[in-house]
Amino acid sequence: MTGVRVLVGTRKGAFVLTSDGGRKDWKVSGPHFPGWEIYHVKGSPVDPNRIYASQTSGWFGQVIQRSDDGGETWAPVDGDFTYATPTGDHLWYDGTLKPWAFTRVWHLEPSLADPDTVLAGVEDAAMFRSTDGGKSWTELTALRDHRTAAGWMPGAGGLGAHTIIQDPVNAGRIYTAISAAGVFRSDDDGASWRPVNQGLVSEGIPSPDAEVGHCVHRIALHPSRPETLYMQKHWDVMRSDDGGEHWREVSGNLPSDFGFPIDVHAHEPETVFVIPITSDSEHFPPEGKLRVYRSRTGGDEWEPLTKGLPQENCFVNIFRDAMCVDQMDPCGIYFGTTGGQVYASNDGGESWNAIVHDLPSVYSVEVQTLP
Amino acid sequence: MDERPIRVILPLHLRRLAGVDGEVTLAVAGEVTQRSVLDALESTYPTLVGLTRDRATKRRRALVRFYACGEDLSNEEPDAPLPSAVADGVEPYLVVGSMAGG
Repeated sequence: MTGVRVLVGTRKGAFVLTSDGGRKDWKVSGPHFPGWEIYHVKGSPVDPNRIYASQTSGWFGQVIQRSDDGGETWAPVDGDFTYATPTGDHLWYDGTLKPWAFTRVWHLEPSLADPDTVLAGVEDAAMFRSTDGGKSWTELTALRDHRTAAGWMPGAGGLGAHTIIQDPVNAGRIYTAISAAGVFRSDDDGASWRPVNQGLVSEGIPSPDAEVGHCVHRIALHPSRPETLYMQKHWDVMRSDDGGEHWREVSGNLPSDFGFPIDVHAHEPETVFVIPITSDSEHFPPEGKLRVYRSRTGGDEWEPLTKGLPQENCFVNIFRDAMCVDQMDPCGIYFGTTGGQVYASNDGGESWNAIVHDLPSVYSVEVQTLP
Repeated sequence: MDERPIRVILPLHLRRLAGVDGEVTLAVAGEVTQRSVLDALESTYPTLVGLTRDRATKRRRALVRFYACGEDLSNEEPDAPLPSAVADGVEPYLVVGSMAGG
């Protein structure tokens, strides 16, 4: 492996950060699409030159950009995310019903096998697939048409389908997470979905066994153990060992179990990273100390990682799609903040350096390990 | 049907997406209305479909405004004729991202 390419989506454009295998010296390019909100940028795992970006604007709407040369040049492809079946209503914050309406693409998940195939999770919650490199999109209607959908209520950021995970072993299995509906699993490549939220307990939901209504912030898995899922929920860090059928809390000794991102070490499937945030009312690190927490036991027991991270007066947030791991050895971990820093560790989290300090607020961070 | 050259000024973000500098000139067939100008814009620059008005309903996006000859035409009927100075290519038709935020 020759190096890494970190793809950063921000409130005002996209940036591409590249380095060799040492991951100490970085080249920064961007902003690409300056002035636009870039919700997510992600590359194909089978063709690292193929990258997709979700470019969005409250003024002008949705654009999908595609690069075929590793982010050097880009071209807009199709941004038509018209729902394929008649749209109904979903719950609004005040208890009234609101018509389903497309706002933006939150997450792009390229196929594990085909660079021209990519899934898109959108707000209001739905999933689309392109099989022609983004030239056209088709909705996987079973998710939005789910029998529980009329009862989904948006999270504070919107009713977004924000996480998509393709099971690398069980063909046709896809997970998605929706704020604030919960986790849904398909075992037939998106033709049907069912909620997999048993064991989640969410403040404000009267029934502890509620099928949906959970504000799941992010889920992650390790490819070698696809039955094991980790979750950062609105509150609580959770784990499932049966493909989401049952969840148990593994927050353990975290200083706060509120947060947004969660990810798994590339080579240690029981090593998990989270970044605790004070609370749902105070979206910044506890005590103003930016600490990544690592568990090497699959949860419950957590240790703070602080070397190189600000340990005073730090009041940034880290969004759900803004942390990732590379495939190098030692594993690299990356995360971006609302303060515009992108931090990198090239030693499994033991130490950290800021690749950049002053980008616009970071929405997403993904990394490609280059052959 | 005769086509008339219509001058259109786009906001920066849409110029970049369309890959143009400065104002563009569109060939508009038939009566020059906001609808026919925007149809010509989207036909010439398909990347801009859906970015000034809804793909299906053709309603103006909430934070996009349309001006010409010093007048705000944003809420005018899309099939109403544009001012003759626009139809004659003297004055441009302006697509503007509205001031919002603060």
